[in-house]
Amino acid sequence: MDDLYREQIIDHYKNPRMKGTLDPHDISYEDDNPLCGDRLRIDVRLGADGRVSEAAFSGQGCAISMASADLLTESIIGKSLEDVRAIGKAEILEMLGIELSPVRLKCALLSLKVLKAGAYGLAEVHDLD
Amino acid sequence: MTPATRSPTLDVARLREQFPVLAREMKPGVPLVYLDSTATSQKPLAVIEAMDLFYRRHNANIHRGVYQLAEEATAQFEAARARVAAFIGAAEPAEIIFTRNTTESINLVMRTWAQANLAAGDLILLTEMEHHSNIVPWQMLAAEKGVQLEFVPVSDDGLLVLPVYEKLLERRPKLVAVGHMSNVLGTINPVAEMSRQAHAAGAVVLVDGAQSVPHMKVNVRELGADFLAFSSHKMCGPTGIGILYGRRELLEKMPPFLGGGDMIRRVRLHEFSTNEIPHKFEAGTPAIAEVIGLGAAIGFLEAAGMDAIHAHEQDLIAYTLDRLSEVPGVRVYGPAPALRGGVASFVMQAAHPHDVAQILDADGVAVRAGHHCAMPLHERYGLMATTRASFYLYNTREEVDRLVAAVQKVNDIFA
Repeated sequence: MDDLYREQIIDHYKNPRMKGTLDPHDISYEDDNPLCGDRLRIDVRLGADGRVSEAAFSGQGCAISMASADLLTESIIGKSLEDVRAIGKAEILEMLGIELSPVRLKCALLSLKVLKAGAYGLAEVHDLD
Repeated sequence: MTPATRSPTLDVARLREQFPVLAREMKPGVPLVYLDSTATSQKPLAVIEAMDLFYRRHNANIHRGVYQLAEEATAQFEAARARVAAFIGAAEPAEIIFTRNTTESINLVMRTWAQANLAAGDLILLTEMEHHSNIVPWQMLAAEKGVQLEFVPVSDDGLLVLPVYEKLLERRPKLVAVGHMSNVLGTINPVAEMSRQAHAAGAVVLVDGAQSVPHMKVNVRELGADFLAFSSHKMCGPTGIGILYGRRELLEKMPPFLGGGDMIRRVRLHEFSTNEIPHKFEAGTPAIAEVIGLGAAIGFLEAAGMDAIHAHEQDLIAYTLDRLSEVPGVRVYGPAPALRGGVASFVMQAAHPHDVAQILDADGVAVRAGHHCAMPLHERYGLMATTRASFYLYNTREEVDRLVAAVQKVNDIFA
């Protein structure tokens, strides 16, 4: 637990690379977790080849959810939507480089849920818990 | 470190020995600092042993048994009821109804008294600082029957805006349902005066005592409460037991709550007649061992002294507010120490409440983060969540120091 707040996470929380909104966009989705007050929106633009050309996130939340959103949006640049579909819990945890309790896992996975709900619809996200 | 906790009447060191969990280390060398008693309190040996003894020596279902064991169980169960009645100054044990928790106690009043006595257009007065359990049942009733809800606002410094309350009373509400002490701000509301005014306006008064009864002397007749709801598990007792006090006159006229065993006098195939109070409201086998545990908890609290407990917690909260004011970027909500109990909800500029709680946990400091079942109150302050530290008779100034050191660490990590 002590290394939950590793430098990498604090850095992405305090100095996000991908924070903002995209207008126009090809994909945009927003969701919140009323239990902890996290709110997150992810915007995506696709290139002519159908791959992600730009991505951005906005909202507010804890360090885990915001760092995860920053890392995730950064990681999908250049990927096809099929590649994005393959991203799961394990990939998010690997990006964060930490282990999480069930409660904080929800924080880490909020960004993936928002992205997948935007890209493929809500039905895709039910198995993420 | 500051000198050992001084309290004129509480021997905190000796009290702490009575709570086995307080001896835990959360990892080697990191003792537990339990600052979440507003959510649930820890349990002393007296309570744990009373329940253990019941199951080892006296277990039987209560009422109607003619064998010795059942008589013992019934006597112990009803003795606990009498103890609860005396603890809150009820006129008689029959005015004490056992439920599952405060929430169920309030829902019982909604499903029985309010269903029978309120009609479309009638007004219920609540406050902005209520716990969800004293809001949602009334919203359900509003949806079903068309009763109206109005809310007494909360000031920036965490107090009810009483002139607005007095104005709302002119609309002659049928019910005023108010929390005695806020589980977020710690505010102790002037419920005795509010009851007097509500009665003058013709309203019935329900007091949510979940946070006050465990921490200070509460007397229903001095308070003027027609109903008082509270929970065993927040007052050193076991989970699974809530209490509803109601004035006999009201309880007798109310329809029953759940139907089944124990609540009836006689059953025929197509009809039943109800038992007398309080049994009319207690269908089915209750949590017998837990009620007996609650009786032991009250004995424990009375031995410590409710006034001493309250004084101790006021000392702790004053010290906490003082110490937290030294930490940059911390804002604590709620009124001055003299007007509140031992609850400190705060936000930090540097980090989200969940991150704060997690960093505190790494140092063994157990606090809660979130909306604490008071989303409307958080919205009132433009907040989604707070981190909350709350105290009970077993907490010490040294633990407050541990809290403050961990809060400072949050600033270091996010610097």
